[in-house]
Amino acid sequence: MAYLGNTDADRRIMLEALRLERIEDLFADIPAAKRFPELDLPPAMSELEILHEIDELAAMNGGGPRLLSFVGAGAYQHYIPSIVSFLSGRGEFATAYTPYQAEASQGTVQTIFEYQSMVADLLGMEVVNASHYDGATAVAEAAIMAVRSTRGRDSVVLAEGLHPEYHEVAATYLRPQGVAIRAGGSAADELINAVDERTACLIVQNPDFFGRLHDLSGLADAVHERGALLVLHVDPIATAILASPGSLGADIVTGEGQSLGIPVSYGGPYLGVFATRRSLVRKMPGRLAGETTDAEGRRGFVLTLNTREQHIRREKATSNICTNQGLMALRAAIYLASLGPQGLREVATLCYQKAHYAASRLAAVPGCTVNGGEDTPFFKEFVLSTPLTADDLIAGCAQRDVIPGLALSRYYPERTHDLLVAVTEQYSRAQIDALVDAVTAVTGDTQA
Amino acid sequence: MSDTKKEAAVPKRLAANYSFGDPIPPLLYEISRDGRRAVRLPDCDVPQIDLPSELLRADDDPLRLPEVSEQDVVRHFTRLSHANMAIDTTFYPLGSCTMKYNPKVNEVAASHPAFANGHPLVREEDAQGSLAIMYRLQRMLAEISGFSAVSLQPAAGAQGELTGILMIRAWHESRRDEKRTKILVPDSAHGTNPATVTMAGYETVEIPSDAEGNVDLDALRAACDETVAGLMITNPNTVGLFETRIEEVTRAVHECGGLVYGDGANLNAILGVVRPGDLGIDVMHFNLHKTFSTPHGGGGPGAGPVAANETLAPFLPGPVVDLTGERYGFRQPEQSIGRLKAFHGNFGMLLRAYVYIRMHGPDGLRAISENAVINANYLRKLTEKTFPAKYDRICMHEFVSPGNRYEGVTTMDIAKRLLDYGFHAPTVYFPLIVRDALMVEPTESENRETLEIFAEVLERIVTEAKDRPDLLHDAPVSTPVRRLDEVAAVKNLKLRYER
Ligand SMILES: Cc1ncc(COP(=O)(O)O)c(C=O)c1O
Repeated sequence: MAYLGNTDADRRIMLEALRLERIEDLFADIPAAKRFPELDLPPAMSELEILHEIDELAAMNGGGPRLLSFVGAGAYQHYIPSIVSFLSGRGEFATAYTPYQAEASQGTVQTIFEYQSMVADLLGMEVVNASHYDGATAVAEAAIMAVRSTRGRDSVVLAEGLHPEYHEVAATYLRPQGVAIRAGGSAADELINAVDERTACLIVQNPDFFGRLHDLSGLADAVHERGALLVLHVDPIATAILASPGSLGADIVTGEGQSLGIPVSYGGPYLGVFATRRSLVRKMPGRLAGETTDAEGRRGFVLTLNTREQHIRREKATSNICTNQGLMALRAAIYLASLGPQGLREVATLCYQKAHYAASRLAAVPGCTVNGGEDTPFFKEFVLSTPLTADDLIAGCAQRDVIPGLALSRYYPERTHDLLVAVTEQYSRAQIDALVDAVTAVTGDTQA
Repeated sequence: MSDTKKEAAVPKRLAANYSFGDPIPPLLYEISRDGRRAVRLPDCDVPQIDLPSELLRADDDPLRLPEVSEQDVVRHFTRLSHANMAIDTTFYPLGSCTMKYNPKVNEVAASHPAFANGHPLVREEDAQGSLAIMYRLQRMLAEISGFSAVSLQPAAGAQGELTGILMIRAWHESRRDEKRTKILVPDSAHGTNPATVTMAGYETVEIPSDAEGNVDLDALRAACDETVAGLMITNPNTVGLFETRIEEVTRAVHECGGLVYGDGANLNAILGVVRPGDLGIDVMHFNLHKTFSTPHGGGGPGAGPVAANETLAPFLPGPVVDLTGERYGFRQPEQSIGRLKAFHGNFGMLLRAYVYIRMHGPDGLRAISENAVINANYLRKLTEKTFPAKYDRICMHEFVSPGNRYEGVTTMDIAKRLLDYGFHAPTVYFPLIVRDALMVEPTESENRETLEIFAEVLERIVTEAKDRPDLLHDAPVSTPVRRLDEVAAVKNLKLRYER
């Protein structure tokens, strides 16, 4: 039997010590009629057999290495330096628990501290926690924190450009707490006007779900004037070159950290990035590492401000979060250290340039428009409207091993002819040209 | 430090920031040098346009990150890794956490490019392999736990709890039963339980435990009325005991119109032994990062799938995976509480758990629990003189002992001294119903010798507590840092590197 420490002989000795005859005797507390059910499960497999099965299952996933996909929408294929998986895979990191015994877990706690420091610098914020389950739950917990931090206010305003799945998650989290969600439109004046004396916070995603960039200067002041907080949800890669959320006056910043060295892995595990100001830290959910000294005065790190958390405060805690995404925070820390400021700026700039190259070429395909024909600033993602339905375009392009983007009808049923196209630094000019060729050919075929 | 050790110590400046046995490296920011670089990116191969200058980072807000070489990064994190205890390096009997061996084949499977590079929003027809894994895992978890349906959405145990309580809430709402405002939670429960109740918009009513470590059935019955939405129960509970009258407990709650949530954190004791769904539990979560061997990662990621009976299945969070003919696809349950996170769950962890369950089969799963339970009981027996379990009964996968038996030393002192002997400490000061608790969970992966050595070390520590209490007060001395000042950390709050 796999992964057991003991032999039959060991078990006999142990049973004897316990003055029991059979292992079954250990389970006398369990209602006899319900004990030892027959489980209808497939029989055991060896490692060799399961790896064959995994290969077979892998082959059932379409595409394979030749497939070129431009699907983003909240999960992005960025280049991951080799050392990220190499280092984060070390058993000393991967098989440790939450660092409750700090002296035996300095590797983990110092890493968290360094993650907090680097992400704080990236976002221009004072305090970063480590971590939330993903960007969506980070947004939901930011909303709850804002409600808790602004007495008597019981609604939040969500900008239109927030990822539709984040909207759904926020609704799941906020409904039972009696917090109302109101839609805020997308133009700055619409957003500000939606904020009233009941509003705890305005939540804005930038770049928004459609990839558009918004000029947020002045927004924080206007929101603060109305007594509410500003929550910005950002793409951490974009913040390398864009005005930092801290400089824009955000009170809480959230992000999907998947872009920072974490594979898309069919939707998880990802990394919920969460930052705030120092003055709000005691209202903040999640784990925090802090610096301290040991008995000899040497520097060391511990988890701190635990009195916010469920294991101390129970029903009064700032959140129920316990297990978080620690190893993903480690990956992000390694990623940020590997790229450094110059490298991260280059990644962001390449995303921008390549996305714009793709957009300008696609806009020239007969019958296609980009971002509704408007000259909106965008970062690494844009909306392509085509004469075909998005589903037909995708099906046609898939024949040519290209998935040109996400059909927006998935979230907006009326948008049948729109795709969301993501282009990161990973794609070469030749690959982008292949995308354009595929779209040209498929739209041309049907027009002819 | 001993005198010899002191004399032999290399001055810090000459130690190249590192000497073996003193493995805490400086911060990356502290070894950063302007212009040093690790990873390089390709040159831009497309025509370049101007960036939107009005949106860019201002000159007075420069991007600051460490500037280091690739070798610097590798050494830094390798050295940091040396400063951790982990399952891969030592016995880690952290109660309630199920620190079992994490098979490496799981990692190989999860890093397969067809899975690691699978985008969550590809068409279902392009993800049939991933969907098959999710579907089969749903079925296997349902079979193991005795429920009719499973959702793999929740990212960890606590999120599974929130899911379950929201489902209970939605069920009451669907019946227009709006007077229910309370959730009963035993005083032995994990902190996530009451915290979850608050997040779900309910009020926690604490139920005491009885002298045997079980829920006090009379107190429970007295609390059951038409304002109770449900009960959260952990079984085996957090003192490592099976709730002997679990069927009476669930019946009492059902009779007052409530439903029962099962915290499945301790499922490792009962795989193939008993199914929570057969005991009157209505909905429960699994911690795949405990029972099903996915690595804890120093604080996650985990996965907390939720299983429900027929009553609650329509309320599960979506999407869930269905099989229609030969095709796997997503579906939103009819009365779903909605989404708990973006996309469809922590797939990478689901895949690892799938591999683990497949490799065990029904007999292997039962063997896991039998061995986890015999190991816990053997260790309980070996330590009955030094650290007797609070409840003198056969335990399940773990046991809890009061740590305040030895005058002049605290539970924390004992825990820290264990680190000096190269063992990770048990969970301390939890559950709250046992004074100064030490909570020990050996898991099935450990062998008898390890348990015996651990018990012997505890005996030595008890002797030290009497003869040389300073060894405990000063512990740990053999870890990369000595005892850390947690109070100072709060007082002089420093949460990031400051220039
Ligand atoms: C009994 C119990 N319940 C719930 C949890 C919460 O699980 P998670 O950490 O996965 O959120 C834990 C884990 O720490 C636990 O031990």
